[in-house]
Amino acid sequence: MSAPQRKSSPMDRRRFLKDSARGVAGCAVAGMGLAYLVSDARALPAQAIRPPGALDEDDFLAACIRCGLCVRDCPYDTLKLAELGYDGPATGTPYFTARDVPCEMCDDIPCVVACPTGALDHGLTNIDDADMGVAVLIDQETCLNALGLRCDVCYRVCPVIDEAITLERRHNERSGHHAIFMPVVHSDKCTGCGKCEKSCVLPDAAAIKVLPRRIAMAPAADHYKLGWEDRNPLVDELIDLPDRLPGPGTDNLVAPGGYAPDALPDPNMDGGFAPSYSLPSMGGSN
Amino acid sequence: MSDKTKLPVGQEAIEEFGWLYAHRFLLLRRASQVFFLGLFMLGPWFGIWWVKGNLSGSMTFDVLPLTDPFITLQGFFALYWPETTALIGALIVGVAYALIGGRVYCSWVCPINPVTDGAHWIHEKLGMQKGWQPKQGTRYWILTMVLAVSALTGTIAWEVVNPISMLHRGLIFGMGFAWAFVLAVFLFDIFVSRRGWCGHLCPVGTFYGLLGTKSVLRVSAVKRSDCDDCMDCFAVCPEMHVITPALRGKDDDTPIILSPDCTNCGRCIDVCAMDVFKFTHRFDDTPAPGRVQRTRTQPASGASKAA
Ligand code: SF4
Ligand code: SF4
Ligand code: SF4
Ligand code: SF4
Ligand code: SF4
Repeated sequence: MSAPQRKSSPMDRRRFLKDSARGVAGCAVAGMGLAYLVSDARALPAQAIRPPGALDEDDFLAACIRCGLCVRDCPYDTLKLAELGYDGPATGTPYFTARDVPCEMCDDIPCVVACPTGALDHGLTNIDDADMGVAVLIDQETCLNALGLRCDVCYRVCPVIDEAITLERRHNERSGHHAIFMPVVHSDKCTGCGKCEKSCVLPDAAAIKVLPRRIAMAPAADHYKLGWEDRNPLVDELIDLPDRLPGPGTDNLVAPGGYAPDALPDPNMDGGFAPSYSLPSMGGSN
Repeated sequence: MSDKTKLPVGQEAIEEFGWLYAHRFLLLRRASQVFFLGLFMLGPWFGIWWVKGNLSGSMTFDVLPLTDPFITLQGFFALYWPETTALIGALIVGVAYALIGGRVYCSWVCPINPVTDGAHWIHEKLGMQKGWQPKQGTRYWILTMVLAVSALTGTIAWEVVNPISMLHRGLIFGMGFAWAFVLAVFLFDIFVSRRGWCGHLCPVGTFYGLLGTKSVLRVSAVKRSDCDDCMDCFAVCPEMHVITPALRGKDDDTPIILSPDCTNCGRCIDVCAMDVFKFTHRFDDTPAPGRVQRTRTQPASGASKAA
């Protein structure tokens, strides 16, 4: 408290310095404690799904002020604010548990509209673009369809049916003459709404679960190209295979390194074109 | 020391003006706290959604956004620039408190205030020592620390532990174990440090205090010459150091309590039987002669005892 109007002696000054040092050290310790709690609060459990449009978890914790306006404007009471000690996400932040109440994918996305901070990105205007997570058929031993029955419930309830989730016919090896209709989720279309998880007919946990993308998916290896999606199966500048020359025929190729035929074949020639030199063979191209 | 200091605090004012009048600002304040909490509870309890959200951010009648400016500031430190709605909300709240006194939030709105006031009441009843009293500068260090942690972790750091939002959000949306934070503050104020939380540590109060540094609404010890040294105002003031410069000022010192720590709670007005204090604005220059000089040591020793 105030000890005013005393001339500051070296004693006072030393005490002042000691007090300040103590204060700063105390705050530093408190700050480290706080930082620890903050980093602890970052651990978002896999089953806690953020609302549509939620920023990445790191940005979300800088943006969300935990006001609960998204919760209030959700007509299906999907969203909850996490309660300390009961729920996993950072205290007071909005999330939902798909198995309890999934997101109904409202056309007007009221939760996003209500968010005053943009923690739910206002750029999300089409709910089909939402990316709350990805459904994964995680238990392929108990899923009824995987056993060869026709349950199909998760498939039927999906708001993006036949795009986000499809049934793929496989041979039933067990019976030998039946089909298995495997529910298969397509991550580019699945919004993570959790309708499938909610509806899975299994008694306790669902065989199909919505997981955050960071858990559900592995990043594609960028040195590996899918030939059936990309007409050029080779990684540019790594390998060079013979280029095809214009003109008729299947094997008028030119080898890398500038080995070119002297002249192009005459297209008017009768009976086709027979090369006068041997070409490098391309395995399996027939 | 005058005999009056031995009377219970506020006794003379009660005898002079009656109990109700001698508690008018306290009662108003409690009413205001109940009112602001009640507004938020209308929705969850009665389905009347005039006000949605909580003190961190709210929407009233679907048109008026309000945002806690301290939370917004932490967001800035975490390098996040929010949508306009939140910015407008923070601006409205910020300007309002800058005008009426930042710590009006503390005494009239904050839900922790009844908790710490209750703790103080018990603390006095138990006749406890004042305990650990952090230095006046501590709260500013804590405020700095909170902003630093926000910047370092890229999060709104204080919201991880803030007992105010824990309590307020807890009451509206569900508490979980958030009551533990509130209980901690309560026990801290009873057993560890008199007026410790709100008076020395809470960074929210500190922020609002700074926000209200130039606030218009202020309390003035305008009739300070009538002061009879009963020390009741010091006993009830949650930030008693703010009173001395105004009350004990000389003729040409301003009688207005200009310290941003003053919460504008009006309790000093309540308990003063000599009617020394009143609410006014900071530009009020009503002449307020100081007291006739007395033997110097008395008030000072009284003040430090009350402290
Ligand atoms: S999209 Fe609709 S159902 Fe889904 S969280 Fe938002 S408001 Fe709720
Ligand atoms: S409305 Fe936005 S800021 Fe408020 S709790 Fe929901 S996500 Fe967070
Ligand atoms: S979570 Fe399930 S229901 Fe929702 S879009 Fe994805 S597959 Fe469909
Ligand atoms: S609802 Fe469940 S059991 Fe049925 S097909 Fe889908 S995942 Fe399998
Ligand atoms: S100091 Fe903090 S806890 Fe106390 S009343 Fe003010 S804001 Fe609330």
